[in-house]
Amino acid sequence: MTTVLFAFVLLAAVASFVLARQRAVSVVGGEVSALHSRPSFHGLYSGLWVLMAGIGAVILLTIVPNFFIDRALMGQIAAALPDDPRIAHQLVLSDAKALASGEIASKTDDLRLEIAAKYSSSAGLWNWVRVIMVVGGAVLAAFMTLGAISPDRRARNRSETIIRFILAGMATIAILTTVGIVMSLIFETLNFFNKIDWQLQKFLFGTTWSPLSGVHEGKLDADKVGAIPLFAGTLMITMIAMLVAVPVGLFAAIFLSDFASRRVRSVVKPMLEILAGIPTVVYGFFAAITVAPFLRGSGEAIGLTVASESALVAGIVMGIMIIPFISSLSDDVINSVPQSLRDGAYGLGATKAETMRQVVLPAALPGIVSAALLGFSRAVGETMIVVMAAGQGANLTANPFEAVTTVTVQIVMLITGDTEAETAAGPAFTLGFTLFCVTLLMNFAAQRLVRRYRELYD
Amino acid sequence: MFDNEKAERDAGVTETKISAKGVQVFYADNHAIKDVDVDIGDKTVTAFIGPSGCGKSTFLRCLNRMNDTIDVARIEGQILLDGEDIYDRRVDPVQLRAKVGMVFQKPNPFPKSIYDNVAYGPRIHGLAKSKADLDEIVEKSLRRGAIWDEVKDRLQSPGTGLSGGQQQRLCIARAIATQPEVLLMDEPCSALDPIATDQIENLIHELRQSYSVIIVTHSMQQAARVSQKTAYFHLGNMVEFGDTSDIFTNPIDPRTESYISGRIG
Repeated sequence: MTTVLFAFVLLAAVASFVLARQRAVSVVGGEVSALHSRPSFHGLYSGLWVLMAGIGAVILLTIVPNFFIDRALMGQIAAALPDDPRIAHQLVLSDAKALASGEIASKTDDLRLEIAAKYSSSAGLWNWVRVIMVVGGAVLAAFMTLGAISPDRRARNRSETIIRFILAGMATIAILTTVGIVMSLIFETLNFFNKIDWQLQKFLFGTTWSPLSGVHEGKLDADKVGAIPLFAGTLMITMIAMLVAVPVGLFAAIFLSDFASRRVRSVVKPMLEILAGIPTVVYGFFAAITVAPFLRGSGEAIGLTVASESALVAGIVMGIMIIPFISSLSDDVINSVPQSLRDGAYGLGATKAETMRQVVLPAALPGIVSAALLGFSRAVGETMIVVMAAGQGANLTANPFEAVTTVTVQIVMLITGDTEAETAAGPAFTLGFTLFCVTLLMNFAAQRLVRRYRELYD
Repeated sequence: MFDNEKAERDAGVTETKISAKGVQVFYADNHAIKDVDVDIGDKTVTAFIGPSGCGKSTFLRCLNRMNDTIDVARIEGQILLDGEDIYDRRVDPVQLRAKVGMVFQKPNPFPKSIYDNVAYGPRIHGLAKSKADLDEIVEKSLRRGAIWDEVKDRLQSPGTGLSGGQQQRLCIARAIATQPEVLLMDEPCSALDPIATDQIENLIHELRQSYSVIIVTHSMQQAARVSQKTAYFHLGNMVEFGDTSDIFTNPIDPRTESYISGRIG
């Protein structure tokens, strides 16, 4: 029913657009230049009002009556079954709704049938009210705007105002969502700290991570939520990844921007960008199934013990994943160093390598550093590769051949494990919040560097 | 009775520094320079004038092989520097550019300190034996660039922080520091105000004592003020070449005449 109503509103909006446009033309007897706004703006203005009135009515009259009907019926159920918990009342209500629409309910009794009858009568009534209000609202909006069309009417300015409000509304949704996520992170983090009696230092500096083994009467054992092994593992894998990605990515960028011929560049650059298009889950099983056995085999050949899940495997593959990221950002930065600087160096008799090393790279350095920082924050937040290739046990070690775990892996384990959500959410959200802070800081630093760089050359 | 300037001019004509024969330049399919022959004297200022797009900058860039850095550029003909073909396969463009310095239209100091900007050339070519040596080269170059007094107290501050005119004089000092034999200047004053222009013109007079200077300019007054020889370019052809005083007072080609009198260009 709601879909039909939406379709009706859309059709009405299109119809009022066409009608208003025609009417605007006929009001001035075809002399379109006598209108303040062009006919299509009159159409747009009318159409926008119909759309807003219709959709507004649909949304409002779907949510509000449902809320009141449910509240009234819950009241009646509670009066009939005063001893049952609230969850039982909700079950009765959903059974009654199912009965009313002819579906299968968990149980059928007199109370449920009675509630079902009441529900269908009031729901039916509200449905008709809704149809009439929506159709009436849309038609009313169409007639009001159509009637007001005159040569002097500023339909363009008015529609632009409406559109500006719609755009602002969309931007607000995006911002509010972000704010909501951050708020929930903060709230759950505080909740978690409360559960460990505000012993923050035990979370930040403790070395034993086993948060679910110490649950006791809603409190967590503060000695078992030490996140240092997680931070250490994350840091080690990220460092290995950066050791792979920064040199390879940077040198690839230097080659592509200043040394490759146009033909080589036109082949290699898209190839590098394909790397960026591979889903991280593919990198994950590539690491676990291909790279890990290879490294273990080669380690054995030279007498090293490499665990089948290790920081090294995850770090290397993660580094490969970040290469295109760093190379394409660095490439942009190196290309944006003005040609006049290169000419200046060549004009003094500098070779290509000298020009690159002594003039272009120093000029591009802030941009390259910010590319590396962005790569770093991607590596810190990367999940799939480490879940599959790094290991799960919170193992505090400096040996890259051993399995370590990362912040993201532990979040995945907490949320997908079979512990009830309420207990697992605390540590998971806190880890998430820590990650969020680190990434935010990195991105912020990178953006500042890039801005400073832009000031120099624009 | 003895005309000093005349003697100087004659000396310039007899000692040829650069000799171009039948030079053609193509940018992809565009024929930018058509069959240019010119002899450029040592210790002389030669001006290239002509309307925009006539090929004077392109020809200038042939003289130190800067066009090599453009993929689609192709050069035919012969350019001799002291009798040696600079497009010969044995010639290294990097060494050539150390001998034929260049100053660009827009000041392009490196994002380094003033000192490092000037010291860049001597460093890459190993011209200084010691730190004191390098200091001396830097000071001498900055003095000859007529900017020493303005920057001597802040040699370590960035060259990009100077004003436009100062940056251009810094770039000239940087070009001089490699001790070139020829200095190419591509509209060096087009971004400068009259005062800075005057300083740079005085500088060019100064440089003529030791170098062959070739300057591309849009300002005919400037060409008349600074040069002894002038070449007029038109649509990729070098229409006329001769003593500056002759070109400006008594041009032979009608195209030169209409450009100089302001009818075209």
